[in-house]
Amino acid sequence: MLPALSGKKEKNAARVLKHASGDKRFKILEVHMKKHQFRQDALIEILHKAQELFGYLEDDLLLFVSVKLKLPPSRVYGVATFYHFFQLKPQGQHACVVCMGTACYVKGADKIIDAITDKHKIRPGETTADNKLSLLTARCIGACGIAPAVVYDGTVTPRATPESALQQINQWMQK
Amino acid sequence: MILTDLTQIKETELASRKKIVLRCCMAAGCMSSDAKGVKQQLDKAVADAGLQNEVEVRGVGCMKLCCEGPLVAVEPQNALYVKVTAENAPLIIAGIKGGKIEVPQTDPNSPFFAKQTSIVLANSGVIDPERIEGYIAADGYQALHEVLHEMTPKDVVEVMVKSGLRGRGGAGFPTGLKWGTVAKSPGAKKYVVCNADEGDPGAFMDRSVLESDPHSVLEGMAIAAYAVGADQGFIYVRAEYPLAISRLQIAIKQAKQMGLLGAGIFESPFNFNIDLRIGAGAFVCGEETALMSSVEGKRGTPRPRPPFPAESGLFGCPTLLNNVETFANVPAIYRKGAEWFAGIGTEKSKGTKVFALAGKIKNTGLIEVPMGTPLRTIVEEMGGGAPDGGTIKAVQTGGPSGGCIPSQHLDTPVDYESLGKLGSIMGSGGMIVMDQTTNMVEIARFFMEFCMDESCGKCIPCRAGTVQMHHILDKIVNRKATARDLAKLEELCDMVRNTSLCGLGQTAPNPTMSTLRFFRNEYEALLQSDPFGPQCNGELKNGTIAAS
Repeated sequence: MLPALSGKKEKNAARVLKHASGDKRFKILEVHMKKHQFRQDALIEILHKAQELFGYLEDDLLLFVSVKLKLPPSRVYGVATFYHFFQLKPQGQHACVVCMGTACYVKGADKIIDAITDKHKIRPGETTADNKLSLLTARCIGACGIAPAVVYDGTVTPRATPESALQQINQWMQK
Repeated sequence: MILTDLTQIKETELASRKKIVLRCCMAAGCMSSDAKGVKQQLDKAVADAGLQNEVEVRGVGCMKLCCEGPLVAVEPQNALYVKVTAENAPLIIAGIKGGKIEVPQTDPNSPFFAKQTSIVLANSGVIDPERIEGYIAADGYQALHEVLHEMTPKDVVEVMVKSGLRGRGGAGFPTGLKWGTVAKSPGAKKYVVCNADEGDPGAFMDRSVLESDPHSVLEGMAIAAYAVGADQGFIYVRAEYPLAISRLQIAIKQAKQMGLLGAGIFESPFNFNIDLRIGAGAFVCGEETALMSSVEGKRGTPRPRPPFPAESGLFGCPTLLNNVETFANVPAIYRKGAEWFAGIGTEKSKGTKVFALAGKIKNTGLIEVPMGTPLRTIVEEMGGGAPDGGTIKAVQTGGPSGGCIPSQHLDTPVDYESLGKLGSIMGSGGMIVMDQTTNMVEIARFFMEFCMDESCGKCIPCRAGTVQMHHILDKIVNRKATARDLAKLEELCDMVRNTSLCGLGQTAPNPTMSTLRFFRNEYEALLQSDPFGPQCNGELKNGTIAAS
């Protein structure tokens, strides 16, 4: 965030708006903001939309939101970093989210993470060097009845084991 | 929309029902086991067999026995098929006219189902959550009509007080009292907020209610809004529950189209709108002041109370904040009467409670039982005990704010007071069963890590205390701690509990304290001898280090 903010304030706004003018996704985001009447209390909704469009929240995107909602960048950045759901770094092509809720933990979700960490040398929150796989943990996805649950690219899979997780990831890695 | 329209919809819906109904569970648990594919195959098989006029395949909400999903129930045969796959689904249709069906079944009259009393989950697994007509056919929105036309807001609050309903979010504050306080607070603008930020890991009751019967929550909120004089409502849902969000969006849209939300509901002067607010993954947002801060688009940090939200809440206006399950109880109370509701449960805890049964137990899923049901009935009779011949060691209630109840206390009735006496809390309803293989110190560390990560960082006892407690617990698990560390841990627990700003910090030591109370031997078995002698308190006495 710091490099993006150095320099004069007006200059930043102008630069971000210029950057935004060449990208259709910013237009879509602006329409979404308009739907919320540029209300400052809709900040979280707008960040959700921004992440959906861009995959993660880069600095210029946060500045764009701050300019459009007339909020200080500190407030936008503060909110984006406070909530776990918002990603400030680009993610790998595939995401493996291991639920670490109590039910999943009791049934051995930690062993799934250990197995992936061992094999692919990434800890939760990290992405492999070839940018193919991101390993993430969730606090609880509410699928406790079918624990342990693992989410592969948005698809919830019940009763996962270290073997089944590694197998799924292998399929991704070979492509 | 007037009452005759409502009855008209109900009658049309009931008349259009077909002789045979296949209910197919379409809640998140079963969806992850390909329930969608099962339903598609069932629809196709019905069409192929030309049974469209006799058989209805209905996608419904949670059918409770999540571990056996996807579930398909057949009426009126009263058969319940388990672990149905897209391949064997057509067999159910083929056998519907008689003949044996080679699909595994379970007994719908087993204790898991028979011991339940359904109020909140009455429609769950029965109606199609994506069709408002289904809810209206189950007497939905009748309570709202009666309240708007035959009761004053004051009467509405009085009925709620009489029912004895207590907040289902965990703390158990009397709902009627809360409604009364907001109703009395001066202010032209008031808000009703539904807390659907079910952050407790291991709990999925609210998700199931929203996915299975979203209209009951909307109706409950509208009744509450009339009682307190609010015209705007918010539902704060976790982003982790995409299916619940989409079903709520559908429900709100349908209710608006029918004039059951919006301006002039049921041709009365009462206006009420509901907007969704999507959370972004912060456990602390389950705390009421933090939640409101998040609804306002800010960081979800709590603030000191008073002023309570009932006086100054969302955007500085009086705000009524209740949990999903609390609101879901509301329509039934007005439909069947406060006396009926107060007749269920115990003296101080009325009604039923939904629990999410999970962990090392045979039958995992959702159960709704009257307050005061002994824990043993829940885990042994309904849950079927630990799987694979294991023994139950403890039951964890209340998530990171609750505690572990050891097996010798299984006869405790489940109500707010009894659980509190054991150092646990009712919580929102997560119930995790642990067997003999579970290490209780690791469980304490797991919850402490959770609280450490989720601490918002506003007050120091919670921000720094949880880190220190986690550090000591980690040391104990890795066999590097001494008795002195354990004493320090207990001291810290006490300090964090008494000095934190909000519920997160105040209850963060609970899992540690309750495991220390009942499983102290497990902690002590991991301790190392103190280099300064056994149980040394570090004080110098007569020139030597004294043992205490």
